[in-house]
Amino acid sequence: MTFLSLRLSARFVASIGLVALTTTLFACKENASGTSATEVHDASPLVQRPRIVSVGSGVTESIYALGAGEDVVGVDTSSLFPEVATKLPQVGYQRAISAEGVLALKPTLVLASNEAGPDTVLAQIRSAGARVEVVKAEPTLEGAHERLAAIGALLGRDAKPAIEKLDSELAAAAAVIAKTATRPRVLVIYSRGPGTLHVFGAKTGADTMIKLAGGENAISLFEGSKPLTSESVVGAAPDVIVIPSRGLDSLGGVDGLLKVPGVAQTKAGKEKRIVPFDDLLLLAMGPRTGKAALELAEKLHPEVAPAAKTKE
Amino acid sequence: MTATSRLRTHRAVLLALAGLLVVLIVASLAVGSMPISLAEMRTIFLDALHVSGLPPVADSQRAILLTIRFPRVVLAVLVGAALGISGATMQGVFRNPLVDPGLLGVSSGAALFAVLAIVLGQKIVGGLPPSLAPYIVSLAAFVGGQVAMMMVMLVARTRGRTTVAALLLAGIAINEIASAPTGILTYVADDVQLRTITFWSRGSLGGATWESTLAALPFIAIPLIALPFLARSLNVLVLGEAEASHLGISPEKTKRLALFFVALAAGTSVAVSGIIGFIGLVVPHVIRFVAGPDHRVVLPGSALLGASLLLAADLGARTILPHRELPVGLLTICIGAPVFLSLLVRERNKLV
Repeated sequence: MTFLSLRLSARFVASIGLVALTTTLFACKENASGTSATEVHDASPLVQRPRIVSVGSGVTESIYALGAGEDVVGVDTSSLFPEVATKLPQVGYQRAISAEGVLALKPTLVLASNEAGPDTVLAQIRSAGARVEVVKAEPTLEGAHERLAAIGALLGRDAKPAIEKLDSELAAAAAVIAKTATRPRVLVIYSRGPGTLHVFGAKTGADTMIKLAGGENAISLFEGSKPLTSESVVGAAPDVIVIPSRGLDSLGGVDGLLKVPGVAQTKAGKEKRIVPFDDLLLLAMGPRTGKAALELAEKLHPEVAPAAKTKE
Repeated sequence: MTATSRLRTHRAVLLALAGLLVVLIVASLAVGSMPISLAEMRTIFLDALHVSGLPPVADSQRAILLTIRFPRVVLAVLVGAALGISGATMQGVFRNPLVDPGLLGVSSGAALFAVLAIVLGQKIVGGLPPSLAPYIVSLAAFVGGQVAMMMVMLVARTRGRTTVAALLLAGIAINEIASAPTGILTYVADDVQLRTITFWSRGSLGGATWESTLAALPFIAIPLIALPFLARSLNVLVLGEAEASHLGISPEKTKRLALFFVALAAGTSVAVSGIIGFIGLVVPHVIRFVAGPDHRVVLPGSALLGASLLLAADLGARTILPHRELPVGLLTICIGAPVFLSLLVRERNKLV
């Protein structure tokens, strides 16, 4: 019995040993070829038409704003604008992209937001010889500017027209809010279903957007997005509630939102001042932020927004 | 059944499982977002071994096969085998068909430390060499799994003896203790970190590189080699600890050795691939249904079948949606659960 079990184990040992040996062999080979491939790619300028895989909604929007949209061959699932981008092959959610999925699109350049990952997958893509550039961007206006400039430089495109367009739209928004002294308290609720209300505090894209649109964030005590109790919703005393459109749908529209405990007790709830707003525009800074700020400013300040009335 | 015919069954089962594994390895190497034919695969491998005079192959296919798909397949085999054999060993040691390595706190301890690294990572990374940064979650998970398991063992030991009941209860307690701070950390986490935590806890082999695969190799290979040597002791342990002592087997030593190797194999698996459930629990049962309860077939058989199941699941994870990845932990359940259920229905009278 012992003898037989030993023989069994011996076969097992041998097979494991074989796996280990082949593994090491290929690992050595890979290291040698991997480095040379990267060197070649890093040195070569983009002479031919680039094939871009874009990871992150802000990055994708910026590429299209710079007029390089037709070079994009793949995007992540968070890239929902412009609509043509959503028709492209998708490489997964930005935090869980697939290395092989990206490489199968034969990209010459992978442009990724600093939220893209996992890092090991980015390393895999690099080691397979593709160029990966991570574009850092804070959720601020400066971040949106810097991203346009950085991507423009990487793609060899002039970022000036896109940046000027953004600035002129921001100026238009500033002009609207300059006409009034009211600064309504705005609560931004992010909700997927009536269970919990996530609200946006300081240092979020939504916080920046409220300020650009001439409002004051009703939540200033904490950073990021956090669940809020019903009592604190009342305590935040919002004049207006701004809610991502898709979030409002999940609550069952305005009526559904008013049934959420606490909401009906606020001034915003009593006066039904509830503003649904495009998720992407509200939560992240990008090339369309100026236009979005103008739109939101007109909704927050109906008293001084003739433009909005003539439109409707 | 005589001893020889039983042995013949064992050998046939193990050979069939090895064959299945080889087929799945080849299939996994061939199939993916970028199609690679068997001829091209052969050329790429021969070229990697410096054989000259071969037809040309596109660089992109070579890169995908050698730097992405191949390490991923090797890692899937290692992790699947580690989870399978760990589960089989645990069920043997505890003489209980419902335990898996998670009971020793590996998963929850690893989860706590991994979530710590995901949420507070940027602050911790500062003191580490930058080359380690992509692996910080893995390293944290490994440490967390080992710490939790050591605590379970320490709590369960009294006067140099570890009883199975004490181990079970200590495991449950440590699991709970680890999950509370994990919950608090998910509250502190921002949206992106939350998504990362969710993906991690569903398991993925997507990050496999040669570096991570080779780093995991010794920690998994050593238990894979060593554990089958404990098969006979585990067989005797089934009779009861007192009986085992009479037969010249030290139950204490067997348990300690077995759990040490399980800690190594399961802890490493969680570290490189996140939490992949089901394999450790179910694979040993399948082997027992087919080949009987002898640990000399259950241990290596669970390793082989675990590897095959994870390979098949991972193949699904990276091909079902074009260019995208599904969490592999979902796939192991989708593939494993129906198979297990049908076996259970067919063979339930064999269950004790």
